[in-house]
Amino acid sequence: MTFQGWFLILGFVAILLALTKPVGTWLFALYEGRRTPLHTVLGPVETGFYKLAGIDPNQEYGWRRYAVHMLLFNATLMAFTYAVLRLQGALSGNPQGLAGLSPHLAFNTAISFTTNTNWQSYGGESTMSNLSQMLGLTIHNFLSAATGIALAFALFRGFARRETKAIGNFWADATRVTLYLLLPISIVYATFLIASGVPQTLSGVVDVQTLEGAKQSLLLGPVASQEAIKMLGTNGGGFFNANSAHPFENPTALTNLVQMLSIFLIGFGLTWTFGKAVGNTRQGWAILSAMVILFLAGVTVTYWQEAAGNPVLHHLGVAGGNMEGKEVRFGIAASALFSVVTTAASCGAVNSMHDSFTALGGMIPLFNIQLGEVVIGGVGAGIYGFLLFAILAVFVAGLMVGRTPEYVGKKIEAREVKLAVLAIAVLPLMILGLTALSSVLQQGLAGPLNKGPHGFSEILYAFTSAVGNNGSAFAGLTANTPYYNGLLGVAMWVGRFFIIVPMLAIAGGLAAKKYTPESAGSFPTTGGLWVGLLVGIVLILGGLTFLPSLALGPIADHLAMISGKLS
Amino acid sequence: MGKDFTSALRPAIVMTILFAALLGILYPLAMTGIGQMIFPSQANGSLVSANGKVIGSTVVGQAFTSDRYFQTRPSAAGKGYDGLASSGSNLGPASQALVDRVKPDVARRQAEGATGALPADLVTASGSGLDPDLSPAAALVQAPRIARVRAMSVDVVRGIVARSTETSILGEPHVNVLGLNRTLDAAAR
Repeated sequence: MTFQGWFLILGFVAILLALTKPVGTWLFALYEGRRTPLHTVLGPVETGFYKLAGIDPNQEYGWRRYAVHMLLFNATLMAFTYAVLRLQGALSGNPQGLAGLSPHLAFNTAISFTTNTNWQSYGGESTMSNLSQMLGLTIHNFLSAATGIALAFALFRGFARRETKAIGNFWADATRVTLYLLLPISIVYATFLIASGVPQTLSGVVDVQTLEGAKQSLLLGPVASQEAIKMLGTNGGGFFNANSAHPFENPTALTNLVQMLSIFLIGFGLTWTFGKAVGNTRQGWAILSAMVILFLAGVTVTYWQEAAGNPVLHHLGVAGGNMEGKEVRFGIAASALFSVVTTAASCGAVNSMHDSFTALGGMIPLFNIQLGEVVIGGVGAGIYGFLLFAILAVFVAGLMVGRTPEYVGKKIEAREVKLAVLAIAVLPLMILGLTALSSVLQQGLAGPLNKGPHGFSEILYAFTSAVGNNGSAFAGLTANTPYYNGLLGVAMWVGRFFIIVPMLAIAGGLAAKKYTPESAGSFPTTGGLWVGLLVGIVLILGGLTFLPSLALGPIADHLAMISGKLS
Repeated sequence: MGKDFTSALRPAIVMTILFAALLGILYPLAMTGIGQMIFPSQANGSLVSANGKVIGSTVVGQAFTSDRYFQTRPSAAGKGYDGLASSGSNLGPASQALVDRVKPDVARRQAEGATGALPADLVTASGSGLDPDLSPAAALVQAPRIARVRAMSVDVVRGIVARSTETSILGEPHVNVLGLNRTLDAAAR
């Protein structure tokens, strides 16, 4: 580990902390439906959309209708992308002349991008036409992010409102977030990326004759426009197979820093928005503190392990940290940091190959996703996931010290706790169940590239990534088979919507409750004790379930690595 | 619930079409226009030409295997530096296949005269398989070989590496291999 490495990591967190309030304030304006300076330009677009679609943006709904609107919109988008991918061969914008996708791959990809997972069973450059990248995939990068933020708004309203059924209008929330937040930032961001060397063109392959006289084909395309929203919306689906490790997606150390910042930007801001919505910004800072503590702990382990390097290679006469799967322009620190950022959030973009990390260095990304990606988390999904843990934390605190379980002015009762447990239980049930299944079935065992415990880690990582809607991979796994495409597709769908529906039910129930002012009997939810309790609850409830699976995979792998037992 | 469902069908379909047009067509086209107008070189892949022929991109790595040039890192992109098949090796840390790949590379460098432990990037595959760079150490290890093959002084070759090295507070010091080798060719002339 170097001074410069820690300078980068701590500087990264400092920049985000400085941006938390400005971004949170902007998000709060959208949460409230207030006018922003951008309304002058984009306001007519918003009202035009509502008019054509027959939407009254001022009409608010209860949680069931909010859920139906969200589900129906996402299902329509998914069907649309499935059609675009299947018909790719017959559509224009296809300079490489690529054929349409197989049904199971199109199914997997459509779900993957709808659920903000962006798991890629395919290699972008050999599978997707320019039109598919734009029309099939880029729109999901915006709208799955907007869906996540809209859902967080709905839950915020549940906490903030009193004795009402209404938790908002999904169409208005999603449209405003897209038009006044995601699109404007993406335009500026994509321009910066182009200036830094990310291609943006409609043409396809360029052939060059290298200095040694060989032929090299380079794929160009509308990369920057997709790259910007891929990071900002914590989507993570790359234009190229190698994702943000590819020099055309992430050409410099500066673009790398900006990409990492943009993954966390909205997640940091939303914690402030939550505090503001419930009338006490210290509530937001308390949540953010717990998240940042968990984040820095993860970075420390991964950076330490990657900088220490691989003893197997040291024995062969190779010096220094682990560079397998990493790019020289980023080096160890910026690669380790990126891997923890992308899995703490549900981004899943990678600037280095997690599969080739040291065993424990690669365990942290896996563990981050298993915690439910609540350490900052995906846009919207992170904070609503974390609030589920907060509900459990006040409940557990209530059991321990006999206080009435209350959180930000709402009594937490049996219904909320049951629904929160239901949502949180989806993760271990799906991840461990499907990993176990694939570890015994022939179709499952055909997947891993590596042998031994590392092969098990590849399967475990795949289902963890899918259920957690992350999308990063231990990419050695051959996942483009009917078995994995189908099962991972189902895992992504369940992992997203089987958490969202109970969460919305909680939002609806909370909105209907009376306000319970803080009293001497309330457990304080702002100080250091609360932050510590949150960290503990996330680690124990979120993480402990997975410990045995980690022992079979990364920990066994680590022991093999340090003892030089190869497989 | 059934009525909720049908009444929400129109917004779902219309919004899908409108957003597809705005985000899937208009936005990428607008960015393409901006890119092609303001940053045409970068937007088209930062290509470099020599003698009227396109020889590569400054951003993307290409394979160098000849003894006359600074050689690039091992690559898992296709058969090596395939611009249509970016990929890492995805080999785990305790993988036999990794050891089988690294061992001969280490032996080759030692036969060329490298002493001591080798810089890690020289014998490991990058994440993309298209890494355009080497660490300064990985370039310097190759200086004696290049000096011998080209009948240049080792100090001159080392000087070229030093002058081509880029540093950044946000990443690691690195040297672009295509640029480095072009400088080398120019110096030899």
